[in-house]
This record gives sequence, C-alpha cells and structure tokens, in this order.
Amino acid sequence: MKGGVRKFGSAERRLLPEGRLSGPMPWVIAIMMFLSVLAAAAGLGLGGTAESLGEDIGSRVTVQVLEQNPDRREAEARRAVAELGRLPGIADVRRLEQNEMEDLLEPWLGPGGLQADLPIPAMIDVQLDTATPAALETMRTVLAQVAPSARVDQNSQWLAPLAGLISALRWLAVGLVLLMVGATAATVVLAARASLDMHRSTIEVLHLMGATDIQVARLFQRRIALDALFGGIVGFLAAAIALLLIARRVGALGSDLIGSTNLPAASWALLAALPVLGVVLAMLVARATILRALRRML
Amino acid sequence: MQAIAPLSMVYAARAGVPLRSGVSVLQVEAGLSTAGTIVQFDNVGLRYGTGAETLSDLSFSLREGGFYFLTGPSGAGKTSLLKLLYLAQRPSRGLIRLFGEDIVTMPRKRLPGFRRRIGVVFQDFRLVPHLSAFDNVALPLRVAGVEESDIEGPVGEMLGWVGLGHRATARPATLSGGEQQRVAIARAVIARPELLVADEPTGNVDPEMAKRLLHLFDSLNRLGTTVVVATHDLHLISSIGRAEMLRLDRGQVLDPTGALRHPPRRADT
Repeated sequence: MKGGVRKFGSAERRLLPEGRLSGPMPWVIAIMMFLSVLAAAAGLGLGGTAESLGEDIGSRVTVQVLEQNPDRREAEARRAVAELGRLPGIADVRRLEQNEMEDLLEPWLGPGGLQADLPIPAMIDVQLDTATPAALETMRTVLAQVAPSARVDQNSQWLAPLAGLISALRWLAVGLVLLMVGATAATVVLAARASLDMHRSTIEVLHLMGATDIQVARLFQRRIALDALFGGIVGFLAAAIALLLIARRVGALGSDLIGSTNLPAASWALLAALPVLGVVLAMLVARATILRALRRML
Repeated sequence: MQAIAPLSMVYAARAGVPLRSGVSVLQVEAGLSTAGTIVQFDNVGLRYGTGAETLSDLSFSLREGGFYFLTGPSGAGKTSLLKLLYLAQRPSRGLIRLFGEDIVTMPRKRLPGFRRRIGVVFQDFRLVPHLSAFDNVALPLRVAGVEESDIEGPVGEMLGWVGLGHRATARPATLSGGEQQRVAIARAVIARPELLVADEPTGNVDPEMAKRLLHLFDSLNRLGTTVVVATHDLHLISSIGRAEMLRLDRGQVLDPTGALRHPPRRADT
C-alpha cells in the first residue's frame, strides 16, 4: 500500500460500470466540439485573411495614368515607373502588361474586346514597405511632376470596411469558441451530477470503506474524460471533413482574397489540440463538481 | 459441512502486508494486546432532521477486543447506533471517542483513515451490483491500496471460508439472499478490521451457516477485533459465552450485565 490516497487501478475502475457511453453527454460534447472547431477554424482563417489584407493588399497602391493621348500616356507611364522605382520606402514597382490588362477587362468587354482606339489607362502596381501617409504624399508629389494625369488609389482605403468586417467576425468566432467552452463545462457538470446520483449507493459503500473523495472523484474523472475524448474526436473529425469540403469549394472559386482563408498546418495543429483541451476541461470540471458534491456527504 | 480452516491462516496470507499506513498485521496484533477503550459514548443523542431524538443520552464504552451483542426491539435505534459506530452519521449532541479520538469534531478528511479500521456488515448487504463476489470482497483491500498480487489469495480463501469459493465470479443479482449476506460478511472482515460492526448478519442464512459465520466472528474476535453484532437471535447471543450485551430500548441504552459502565471492565476481571 502506498498511503491513503492511492489511485484506483484497473480492477477498481470497474467500480463504475464500463463498456458503454454515459448517456447523451459524449454526443453533446461531439456537437460542441464540431461547432467549436468550425468557429475556431473561421477565426483562424479570417486571421489569415486579415493578415494578407494588411501585409499584401493593404500596403499596395495602384497608379492609373489617365492621359487620353496614347503617346503621352506611354511617356508618362514610363517616367512614373522610373521615378517611383527611385523613391525610398517602395518595395516594388511593376507596370501591368497589355495581356494582363486584357485579362482584367475580359469579363466586361469579352474576348478581343480591347480595341486599339479604346483609351485604357496605364496601370502601375506599387508595393510599399509600409503605406504611411508620408510615403503616399511623396509619391503624389513626384507623380504630379512626371505624370500629371496619374491618379493614386490606395488599396487599403477601399479595403478598410472589409478589414473591419473581418475583425468583427474574428471576435465573433472567439466569442463562439468561449461560449462552446462554457456550454461544454455546463454539460460536464450536469453529467457528473447525474452520474453521481446514479452511482450514489456505490459511492456510499466506498466512502464507508474508507475511500477518500479524491479516490472516488478519480473514478468519475476517468469515465467523463473517456466520454469527452470520444465526443471530442467525433466532433473534430466531423468538423475537419466539413472544413476540407469547404476548402475544396473555396479553391474552386479561384479568388485570391477568399483563397487566403485556407488553413496552414499550424492552424490545423491548433484545431487538433481542441479535443485534447476539451478532455482536460471535462476532467477538471468533473473533478471539481464531484469533489464539491462529495463534501456534502459525511 | 466442510472443515473450517483457521481464520488466522487467511490473514497469514497477508502477514507483513500493511493494513493501514505504516501498520502491519503483526503490529496491529501487538497493538490490540493492550487493553483499552475502543469506543466511548458520552450523553450522545441523534436526531434526524427536526424529529424526536432517535437515540438519547447514550453513555457507554466498549473495550478493545470485546464481543458485544446489541439487542432490542425493532425501532429501538440499533441501526442508528451502528451508523454512529461505523461513521455513517455524526451525533446531534454528545461526545463519541473512537480509537481514542473524538470523532464528533474530527475534520472530515480524517474520517476515511478511521473507516478503514472498521468492517461493516450492512443489514441490506450493500453489495456493488455490477461487481462479482470476488471484487466485492476485494473492495476494502483495493480502497486501502493493497497491491493486486496481495489480494487474490486472501480473497479467494475468504470466499472459501464463507462457503462461496465456487461463486467467486457471480454477480450479486445471481446470488441468493444468504449468499449475498456471506459475501457482505467476507467483505467486512477481509481487511481484518479493528472494529467489526454487523447489523443482523445471520438474518438470511440457515442455522448451520449462521453457526459458521458466528465462528468467523469469534475467530476474528480472538485475533483482537472488537465485534459488535446487532441481532434479535437469542440463540446467537447465547452461543458466544464471553460476549456482553448492550440492550437498546426506545433510543436509550440498558446495560443488563453492567459490562458497559465506565471504566470498562476487563474481560479477565
């Protein structure tokens, strides 16, 4: 014997009936886990989108040279590319090629719709190190001198409402995950109490034989952990399948922006940790609930 | 009836295996050789809820190694008194000392250690329904943390001792009332308690088995365990010559033999 509060071994685990799930709790946990993983995945995916908005798209500027005369437009565009390339704080300057312009306009003009006599602005894609107001002002000043017809469009300006929406959705996802955690804990409390009531006579016998509260609580903890593990795995697998199907659909859209919601491996690892966290949460809640109930007994 | 092996042989299988933290079988035997008071009640009263007192002004003491029969009519409070003895209940008033310590004000966390020193035969057996007879008997040893390798032999022998060696794997629901009672008794004595409390332990068995079970209690008592048996069976009471009687009537204790007065009378005086 190793003292008064030794763990029960495999034989003692049979003190509570084993071999089947304890009522609806594992399935409720599976549903909670399914929703938690979806909410967490949405939060992580939106995080990736927000990041790409901030780093890739948000720091980009599009310069349009609107001069109607093709020769002057070409000259302004060349000067603008050359001058912008010399400015500090600009990571990359690239003029869109004719075929890229045709691809962009094809949805509106149809194949071969880009006629030679149709005035199309020259487009210059500028990647800034950081889109600070000072850098933009410098750009505008330089462009006013070398390309008076140039117009500067800061991408982050029209993306700001979208970024705000994404941020709100991320917080909503975090809130949903926390709500699921709370609901899972409440489910475990109810299940632990029900299990305690169901096995009250066995617990009384164990108590009268000198079993400590910790010994009794461990029996329930183990049962509830197994139920939570079952529910967690089922919920996670169902959510993973749903996410993979959604990812395939999103991939079929071919949109860069929506495509950025794809989850990297690190995010999948975080999602896979949710069932483990669920088991730990269930064990802690069950333990606290059982110990509290046992303290009411002599 | 098969030959009865000495009970000490059953326990000898566990000799050297500590019963409680730091106390081995041999040490317990040595400890019990010192006469003293194992149970002391002083003006104890017990009331359930707001009703009348079930037990009133109980004052008596039981000495270590004594054999006591608790008798009295139905409703006299025998089971309530036993509940106080096996620490299922705290009194509403008064002082109870068990193993030399005040258990009325004792912190709850210390009670399990005391309960492991007490074996209980419940009137309704209270066997764990989904466990086999073997696992039910092994329960006190497992609660006390005895290793599995030290459990199989003694439990098997104890089941054989109560005539249930062939029913070790049976669940309580498949056992007769008498068999369940014997499993309950085997469970109560397997850890060789210092105090054995039995509530009508022979109520469901035939006279032959009753005699055998009483022999078990007697053997246990001779090994140093204090035995308290609640019973209506006068034949049972007369079968243990050295036993003393505690009579309970309307929640109050009568002491017909004078054995329970303070200080407790020694067995040899």
